[in-house]
Amino acid sequence: MKINLTINGKKYSPDVEPRLLLIHYLRDVAGLTGAHIGCETSLCGACTIEVNGKSVKSCSMFAVQADGADVLTIEGLAQDGKLHAMQEAFWNQHGLQCGFCTPGMIMACKAILDHNPNPSDDEIRHGIEGNLCRCTGYQHIVNSVKAAAAAGAGK
Amino acid sequence: MIPQTFEYTAPKTLDEAMVLLEGGGKPLAGGMSLIPMMKLRLATPEHLIDLGRIKDLDYIREAAGELHIGATATHSSVENSALVKAKCPLLAAAAGAIGDPQIRNVGTMGGSVAHADPAADYPAALQALEAKIVIRGAKGERTVSAADFFVDAFTTTLDAGEVVREVVVPVEQAGTGTSYMKMPQPASGFAIVGVAVRVRRGGGKITLARIGVTGLSNIGYRASAAEKALEGSAGTADDIMKAAALVTQGVDANSDLHASAEYRKHLASVYAARAITAAASKA
Ligand SMILES: Cc1cc2nc3c(=O)[nH]c(=O)nc-3n(C[C@H](O)[C@H](O)[C@H](O)COP(=O)(O)OP(=O)(O)OC[C@H]3O[C@@H](n4cnc5c(N)ncnc54)[C@H](O)[C@@H]3O)c2cc1C
Ligand code: FES
Ligand code: FES
Repeated sequence: MKINLTINGKKYSPDVEPRLLLIHYLRDVAGLTGAHIGCETSLCGACTIEVNGKSVKSCSMFAVQADGADVLTIEGLAQDGKLHAMQEAFWNQHGLQCGFCTPGMIMACKAILDHNPNPSDDEIRHGIEGNLCRCTGYQHIVNSVKAAAAAGAGK
Repeated sequence: MIPQTFEYTAPKTLDEAMVLLEGGGKPLAGGMSLIPMMKLRLATPEHLIDLGRIKDLDYIREAAGELHIGATATHSSVENSALVKAKCPLLAAAAGAIGDPQIRNVGTMGGSVAHADPAADYPAALQALEAKIVIRGAKGERTVSAADFFVDAFTTTLDAGEVVREVVVPVEQAGTGTSYMKMPQPASGFAIVGVAVRVRRGGGKITLARIGVTGLSNIGYRASAAEKALEGSAGTADDIMKAAALVTQGVDANSDLHASAEYRKHLASVYAARAITAAASKA
C-alpha cells in the first residue's frame, strides 16, 4: 500500500505492507534508528515518537495508520547542529546512563513540557509513566526535565 | 513480533465502514488492545477497517443534559476536555487514570468499551454514571445501558458487523461529588481494582450513591448493596466503612499472578472507602 508521510520535515512515499509496524518502517526502511525497540509490547516506551504532535509508541502502530501524518523522531529534534533544550538538559544532568531508553524518554519528556511548561516532580513522573529506564532510577531524568523547563524548553 | 498479513482499509465515512464491516472486516480504533494481540497472533483478523479517519466519530459534545462521546475520541481528549472536566468530572478522572500518556493519546472510548477488558478503567465510571452505549449496525441504531452492554470478560452485546458509535453520560448535577480511585498494576497501569463513586447529599443525608467497580471480576459492575447502605445514611466515616465492606458482596473475584481473589476483595473495599470519602467530601 502506498502511503505518504513527512518525517522530521522530509517527505517519504513508501509502498508498505499493512502489517509493517511504524517502528520497523522507521528503523529498517527509512534508516532512522534513533527510536529503539525495547519490549515491542507497548510497555517500555523506547520507541516513543511524535505523530501529528502527539507522543505515541511506534511499536504499536502500523505504518499505514501514519499515512498523511507529520512524524517527529529523536533525529528531528536538533536544529542546525544545535541540540534541543531537552537533549542538552539530559546531557548536563546525567539523564542517561546506557542510553537505551533515552530517545523515547526524551520524546516523552518533550511532550510533558509541550503541555505544561513548568511541571512539578509528580507531574514529570506521571508524564513518563509509559517509559522504563533500567539505569538511572529516574531521578536524573526528573532533574533533566526541570532543567529543560528552566531553560524555557516548554512551548 | 510481526502480525499475520491482513488487508487494510481506512474509510472516511461511517456508512462506508458499515458496508466493509458487514463484509466481515474487523474495526481498528487506537489499536492499543488489538495491535498487541495481533503481534502475539492472539488475534488474526483478515481485514482491518481503520475507524481513525472517520471524522464524524471523533467528537465530544453536550446536548439536552447529556455528554456524547464519539467512539474515536481518545482517552487524552476525554481527560483534557474542558467540557468533560466541568460537566462529568468522573469520566475525565477515569480517562486520565488509563495506562500512560502515549496510550491515552491513541486509545479510544469505543475501542475500550468494545474490548471490554475486565481490568479497564472506563467500565467502573460508565456503570456509576449509568451510561448509555449507542450501537450502529446494518439495520440501524440501538441504545444499550452500560449494565446490559458488558456481558463477560472481553464479551459485549455487540454483534458481528456492529460498532459502538458513541457513549452517552449524564451532565452531573451541581452538588454531586465524584471520585475514581484505582490500584494500578505497576507495569501496564491496568486496574487491579478501580472504584468510581458518585454521591449527592440533601437534608443532612446521602440522597444518591452510585458505585462502579472494575478489575475485581470479569466485568465492571454496580455495587448495589453498598449503594443501598449509603443512601439514606448520614454519610459518616462509619457509614462509609460499612458500605465499603459491601462492594464485593456476591461477586466472584478474579485471581491472577498480580493479586489473589482474597487480596482483590480486600483492595476493593479499601479503595471503595477512599473513593466514597473523597466523593462525599465534594458533595
Ligand atoms: C501498555 C498499555 C496499558 C494500558 N493500560 C490501560 C489501563 O490502565 N486502563 C485501561 O482501561 N486500558 C488500558 N489499556 C488499554 C487501552 O485503554 C486501549 O486503548 C483500549 O482498551 C482499546 O481501545 P483502542 O481504541 O486502542 O481499541 P483497539 O485496540 O483498536 O480495538 C480493541 C477492540 O475493540 C474493537 N473496536 C474498536 N473500536 C470499536 C468500535 N467503535 N466499535 C466496535 N468495536 C470496536 C476492535 O475490533 C478490537 O476488537 C492499556 C493498553 C496498553 C497497550
Ligand atoms: S518497544 Fe515500543 S513500547 Fe517498548
Ligand atoms: S539509561 Fe539505560 S535504560 Fe535508561
